[in-house]
Amino acid sequence: MAVFEQRIAEEVSREVMALADALKTLENEGIRETVPAFASLLVYYDPLKLDYGTLEQKIRTLAGRNGKKAGTAGKTVKIPVCYGGRYGEDLRDVAEHANLSEEEVVRIHSGRDYRIYMLGFLPGFPYLGGLDERLFTPRLESPRTRIPAGSVGIGGKQTGIYPMASPGGWRIIGRTPLTLFDPGGAGKLPYHAGDAIRFVPISEAEFERMRKTAAEADRADEHLEAYV
Amino acid sequence: MALEILAAGPLATVQDMGREGMGSLGYRRCGAADKYAMRLANILAGNMKAGTDVPERAAAIEFTLSGGRIRFTKAGRIALAGADMSPKLDGEDIPMYASVQVRAGQILELGFAARGLRMYLAVGGGINTKPVLGSRSTDCACALGGADGRALRAGDILETGKFTEQVGAFALGEDYFWLKRPSHPYRSVGEQLLPVLRVVAGPQEEAFTEEAKENLRRGVYQVTSDSNRMACRLKGPALAAKGGSDILSDGIVEGSIQVAANGLPMVMLADHQTTGGYAKIGTVISTDIPAIAQRKPGECIGFTYITPKEAGEAYRKEVRKLEWLKQEMITH
Repeated sequence: MAVFEQRIAEEVSREVMALADALKTLENEGIRETVPAFASLLVYYDPLKLDYGTLEQKIRTLAGRNGKKAGTAGKTVKIPVCYGGRYGEDLRDVAEHANLSEEEVVRIHSGRDYRIYMLGFLPGFPYLGGLDERLFTPRLESPRTRIPAGSVGIGGKQTGIYPMASPGGWRIIGRTPLTLFDPGGAGKLPYHAGDAIRFVPISEAEFERMRKTAAEADRADEHLEAYV
Repeated sequence: MALEILAAGPLATVQDMGREGMGSLGYRRCGAADKYAMRLANILAGNMKAGTDVPERAAAIEFTLSGGRIRFTKAGRIALAGADMSPKLDGEDIPMYASVQVRAGQILELGFAARGLRMYLAVGGGINTKPVLGSRSTDCACALGGADGRALRAGDILETGKFTEQVGAFALGEDYFWLKRPSHPYRSVGEQLLPVLRVVAGPQEEAFTEEAKENLRRGVYQVTSDSNRMACRLKGPALAAKGGSDILSDGIVEGSIQVAANGLPMVMLADHQTTGGYAKIGTVISTDIPAIAQRKPGECIGFTYITPKEAGEAYRKEVRKLEWLKQEMITH
C-alpha cells in the first residue's frame, strides 16, 4: 500500500490518482490491480513477476516523479436527481435541521461539483468531498433496513449515492433514475475515483420518464441476449 | 456432467479464484475462502493448466461445517479437498484428495467436518454457472454470481463445463494437505499444537502500542462463532491503538488484520469489503489464509511477523508445490 499524507484534500487525491494511472502502464510487469482511497493506493502485484523491493522502488520513483503535479483531470458526471417527495423522504428533516427551505437545500446540494475520492462499501458507492457545511446532518438514530437503489443521501459531513439497495443510516434527500449498479452488463459505472459528480434536479415526471426509458433499454438487452 | 443439490448443508456456494480487477469500483473479490484447497481439488479433477503460472480457474462448490447430498446426473470425474466431511458415494467411503470417477445417478453424501471447516467439491470441466464480471464466484452480500447470487439450496441443478484434461485415478493422501503442505510454523500450547500464521506488518502498524505488537506475537487467539466468509473474528489479548482505531478509510485485502475499538482483531477473508476505516496492524500472508479459513469457531491460532521478502519466498514455494502436483498427475 502506497501511503500519502493522511488528510482528505483534492491535492492528495490527485497524487493518489496520478500514481494509479502511472501503475496502469506496468500491468505486464506484474501489477495486477490498484484500489485508490482518500490518501492511499492499494497495489495488488504478482510475486512471481515482481519482488516487493523492486515494486517499492518503482512506486517511490513514480510517486516522486509525479510529485505535486496533477494527474489527468477527471471528468464531471451529471447525475439527475428527483429531490424530496416520495423519493427523498428526509429532505424536510435536513431542511429543518439546517433552518433552510427545501428549495434552498436542493439549490445548495446541486450547486457544486463533488470530487469522488474513492469507491467502496458497496459496488459503485462514491465517497464524495465538498458538502456545504450548512447541509451537515447527523445520521438517523436507527438505520433503515432497506434504502432503494439510486437514493441520494446525507450522512454527517458526507453526501453520496446508494448504487444498490442496502441498509443504511443516511438521510435520503432524493433519488436518481440512473441504473448505477449493473452487474449483468460489464459492471461499468458512469464515474470513477478522481471524477466529479454534479447533481442535477429533475421533476418527478422526468424521473418516471427516464426510468421507463431505462426499463425499455434493459428489455431490449434481454431480447438481444436471447439471440446471441 | 451435471449435478443436483439434494441438500446443501449450512452454507454451500459456487466459488472460483475470485472477481479480480474490480476493487477500484467497490466490487468484492470473493472466491474460495481456502483457495489452495480448491486449487488442489480442481487439479485432481483434471481442471488444470500444467506448466504455466495460471491458477486453476474452474469454479467449485464450497461447503461449510457440514456438507449435504449431491446427485450426479451424468458421469464424470470429481475430487474433494479441504475439511474432512467423511464423503460417501452411494454409501461407500471414498477418499478425499483423490481423483474419483462417478457414474450417472450416484449420490455423494457429506457429513460433519471432522477436521477443518470448508470443503471443496471440484468436478471435471468446472461448475458452469454464468460468469459475472469475469468470475463465477458467489457474492451473497451483493447478490452476484454463482446460482443467482445466493447460497445453493436443495433442487439447484448445476451444469459443468467441458472436460479439459484426461487424468487417471490419483490419490494424494490426507497427510499432504494437513501436514506436508503448510509451511507456517506451529507453537505448542499445553497439549495443543497451534498453527502460527505469518504476518507482514502494516499498513497502520505504527498506530499500535508496543504492547499490542507483543500481544499479537505471543498471544493465543480463538476463533469466535460470529466469524463468516467476510472475516474471521478473534478473541484474545487486546491490541490497543495509540490514537484510537479509526483511520481515514483505505484499501483492504484478504488477510488484513483489522482492529476495531474493542481491540479485538478480525482477519479479513474472501468476502471482505474493498475499503474500511479501522486500523490494520498487519496482513496474514496469502500462503497462510487457508490455515485460518479452515479453523472452526472455538479453535485457536497464533501469529508471527515476517518480512515482505520472506512472504514472497513462501508464495513462490507454494506455487512450486502445485506445479509439482500437476506434473505428477500428468506423468501418472
